[in-house]
Amino acid sequence: MTDAEREELRRHGILLTSLEELYNWGRSNSIWPLQFGLACCAIEMIAAATARFDIARFGAEIFRPSPRQADLMIVSGTVTKKMAPLVVRLWNQMPEPKYCIAMGACAISGGPFKQGYNVLKGIDRYIPVDIYIPGCPPRPEALLHGLTQLQAKIRGEHLAGPDQAQHLRPANPGELPIPDYGAHDLEPPHNPARFSPPSLPRKA
Amino acid sequence: MSDHPHAFLALFLGVALAFPLLLLSVTWLWVRFFQSARPGPIKNATYECGLAPTGDSWIQFKAHYYLYAILFLIFDVEILFLLPFAVAFTGLSSGALITMLVFILLLAEGLVWAWARGHLEWK
Repeated sequence: MTDAEREELRRHGILLTSLEELYNWGRSNSIWPLQFGLACCAIEMIAAATARFDIARFGAEIFRPSPRQADLMIVSGTVTKKMAPLVVRLWNQMPEPKYCIAMGACAISGGPFKQGYNVLKGIDRYIPVDIYIPGCPPRPEALLHGLTQLQAKIRGEHLAGPDQAQHLRPANPGELPIPDYGAHDLEPPHNPARFSPPSLPRKA
Repeated sequence: MSDHPHAFLALFLGVALAFPLLLLSVTWLWVRFFQSARPGPIKNATYECGLAPTGDSWIQFKAHYYLYAILFLIFDVEILFLLPFAVAFTGLSSGALITMLVFILLLAEGLVWAWARGHLEWK
């Protein structure tokens, strides 16, 4: 039965489900984010947890102080090159399946500080990002929207088959390389498996 | 069902054993097929603040520290007991004075003992 057929039956009041759907439904409604913030976006993230915005409505209110108990990393704020190895190490210490939200322009691309020598131009150079939330900083509603998008993504994951979820593929590495502080910059400057910078051919 | 008056206990025992065993086996099967633990040196590392771990996770604390803390606690509580005595001093009988003197003497003895044993010196 295809998803479309199942949806059609649902519209007529017949609820059919699968183990996979139940599993994903449970996972998507009990996301535990890692409690850490980097800059201004973290204040918006904190605001999303308060009563006015109430992230608890989406089952993601349990911010865990330990990466061992978290399955969502919200990279909220400017990732400096000094912080990048720490962020990647925290990511590596999170159990699978895990997801990453890049919150704000800085986490996505360096944002207004992109030209700074000390700013990482996007955390997706090292970590696989699932949801990008643009803004500087994005409001708590934007984070909640990103969270619901992530929930939709989790609900669409498959346990088996060719489009199996990333964390179930044995070929995928369990740990990503942690950059080191080199003489002038982070080494490596990016994780080649995740990000390859565009090459700009210069005209002679 | 048997007519034995305690037959239901056997049923309870069976359910009590089967229920957790069933849940544990489903969990085990799920982990086996759908959940990859993927341990690694970084994931198994000690610290959780993102910094590279240094040293060992096993740290030996000095037992002397606890003795020091307990001694502090004893004399701290002594002040708590002395305060109401001092506040109500004029309205108390001579028996209360003797009681408090015994109390203070016992504490003073403890102080002398700790001092003589060298417990008040930080090593």
